[in-house]
Amino acid sequence: MELLAALTAGGLAGIGMWLLLDRNLIRVVLGIAILGNAINLAVLTAGRFAGTDVPFVTATSVPPDPVNPLPQALVLTAIVIGFGLFVFALAVLKSVRESHGITTTDRVTEVTEEAAPDQEEPGFPSGQDDEDRVHAPGGRR
Amino acid sequence: MNALIVAPVVVPLTTLLLGVAFRPHHAIVKAISVVGAIALLLVGLRLVLLAGDDVVLAAQMGGWQAPYGITLVIDRLSAAMVAITGVIGMATVLYGMVREGDPDVLRNFHLFVHGLLAGVCGAFITGDVFNLYVWFEVLLIGSFALIALGGGRRRLAGTMTYLVLNLFATLVFLMSAGLIYSATGTLNMGELGLIFRAGEVPPAATLAVVMMLLAFAIKAALFPVFGWLPASYHVAWTPVSALFAGLLTKVGVYALIRLVTLMWPDYGDVHEVLLWVACATMLVGVLGAAAQNEVRRILSFHIVSQVGYMILGLALATPLAIAGAVFYLIHHIVVKANLFFICGLAARLTGSERLAAMGGLYAKAPWLAILFAIPALSLAGIPPLSGFWAKFVLVKASLADGFWWAAGVALVTGIFTLLSMTKIWNESFLKAHPQGEQAIKPLEDIRWAWWAVSALALLTVLIGLGAGPVMNYAIAAAGQLAEPAAYFEAITHPGGR
Repeated sequence: MELLAALTAGGLAGIGMWLLLDRNLIRVVLGIAILGNAINLAVLTAGRFAGTDVPFVTATSVPPDPVNPLPQALVLTAIVIGFGLFVFALAVLKSVRESHGITTTDRVTEVTEEAAPDQEEPGFPSGQDDEDRVHAPGGRR
Repeated sequence: MNALIVAPVVVPLTTLLLGVAFRPHHAIVKAISVVGAIALLLVGLRLVLLAGDDVVLAAQMGGWQAPYGITLVIDRLSAAMVAITGVIGMATVLYGMVREGDPDVLRNFHLFVHGLLAGVCGAFITGDVFNLYVWFEVLLIGSFALIALGGGRRRLAGTMTYLVLNLFATLVFLMSAGLIYSATGTLNMGELGLIFRAGEVPPAATLAVVMMLLAFAIKAALFPVFGWLPASYHVAWTPVSALFAGLLTKVGVYALIRLVTLMWPDYGDVHEVLLWVACATMLVGVLGAAAQNEVRRILSFHIVSQVGYMILGLALATPLAIAGAVFYLIHHIVVKANLFFICGLAARLTGSERLAAMGGLYAKAPWLAILFAIPALSLAGIPPLSGFWAKFVLVKASLADGFWWAAGVALVTGIFTLLSMTKIWNESFLKAHPQGEQAIKPLEDIRWAWWAVSALALLTVLIGLGAGPVMNYAIAAAGQLAEPAAYFEAITHPGGR
C-alpha cells in the first residue's frame, strides 16, 4: 500500500513539475496545484498506513490497532492552506490574464522588467493602471 | 508567563480581527493598526529585557507534552527578532499613514500588514518544524495580498513571479517536513536536535533536513536560488517593499540559523557548502546591483548580497561568527527597511525612482540626504555605524578560522556596496534635477513617514554607538544557539519545570 501511494505521489509530482516548467501561465498554476497534492499524498504516506482502527481514545476503551493520526492532521492542515493559496493564485492569474492579456511566463518577466513609471509615489496603489501613466522615453528594455 | 509567550502572535492577530470588525470605519482601523503595532513593539521589548536576564520562555501548546504537542520557545535570538519585527511593523504602519489614494486600498494595507506580522512572529517563536511551515504559509498569504495591493500591469506580473516561486519553496518545505517525520518519527526541533547531535542519524533524515535547508535558502534568497527576489520586490508599494526587504528574507535566514545550529553545532559538510554559497551570494548580489539603474532594484540586489554575510557567519560556526550573524541580522533589518523607506520618499519628491530622472535633493531636502547617508554608509560598513561592527566581527571570525578568502570576499563586497550607495547618492541627491529645481515637490502630508524614517536612522546610530551591549547580547544569543537547553528540556523533562 505504501509503495503504491509512494509511486502515485511520485507520478503526480512528475506531472506537476512538468506543468510548472511550461511557458503557459495556466499550466504553471495547475502544476503548483498538482505538485501540492502529490506532496500531500507523500506526507500522508510518510506516516505509514499501519493500523485499521479509528484512533479515538475514549474513557472506557483504547482501540487495539489504531492508525497514526498525526500525518492525517498534518495533511488536513496542508490541504486547507494549499487550497486557499491555489484559489488566490487562480484569482491573480485571472486578473493578469483578463485585464492585461499576459498569458506566458516570458511576458511576465518582460513586464516586470519594464522601467518604473514616473509618478508621485513609486508603486502607490492609486487604483489606476500603470499604463495610464507616462512611461519614460526608451523605458522598455 | 504563558500569556507573554504567545503574545507575539496574539497581538497582531487580535489587531487584524479588530480591524476586520471595524472595516467600514477607516480612521478606526488605522488607529487600531497603530495601537497594535505599538503593542507588538512593547511585547518585543519586554521579551528582549527578559531574554537579557537569561530567561528562556518555553511552553507546550494545549497542554500536549513534547514531542506530541507544539513547543514554543523564546530565547535571546527569538526575542530580538520579535522586537525588531515590532520596530519595522511600527515604521511600516506609520509610513502607510498617507491621506491621498484609494481609501479601501489604504485600509486593507493595514490589515494585511498585521496578518503578515503574525506569520513572521509565529515563525520566530515556534519550536516545531510543521508549525514553522504553517507560520510560513500565514506570512506568505499576507505577503501575496500586500505585493498585489493596488493592482496594475507591472505589479500583477511581479506578483505572479513572486507567487509561483514562493509557493514552490513552501511545497519543498512541506515535503521535507513529511520526510523528516518519516525518517525520525518526530517534528519537534528539540528532539531532532538531540537525534542529530547524538550522531547515527538515518541517511534519509539528513537528506530531508538538507531539503528543508534548500527551501529556506529559496526563502532567504541565497545563491543560486535568489532570482525571484529582484524580479518582484520593486513592483510593490514603497512601505510594502520596505517591510518585505526588512523581514521576509530574514525569516528564511532565521530558520537556517535555528536549524543548522540546532543540528550541527560544529563545522561540517553542511557548513562547507553554506560557506561557498554565502560567498557566491555576497558577490553575485552586489554585482547584480551594479547593473541596475532604478533605486529599488539596486536595493533589492543588495538584500541578496547582505544575506550572504549572515550565512557567512552561520557557516563559520564559531561562537564569534554566529554572534556576528545575529548582530548582522538585527542591524540589517533596520538599515535595509529604512533605505527602502527613504528612497520611497526621495522618489516621491523627485517624481521618479529611475536614477536618470531623479536629482536635486541635496539642495532641496538636505535632511533627507542626511537620513539617506546614515543607513547607506551603515550598509557599506563605515565606522562608527552599525554595519561596520557587523562586518568587522564577521571578517575577524573568518580570519581567525583561516578562511582569508571569505574575509576577502566580504571586504570586496563592502567596497562594491559603497559604490552602489555612491551611485544612488550622486544620481538622486547630488546632481541637479533634470527638469529643474521646481520639479521637486514640497514636503507635505508625509509627516508620519518622516518620523518613521528618522526613528530607524536613530536606531542605526544607536546600534553603532552602543555596539558593545548589542554585541554582548548577540554573543549570549550565540551561546544559547550552541547549547539550546530550552529546546532539549521540553523533550528530556516532559511535563515541564
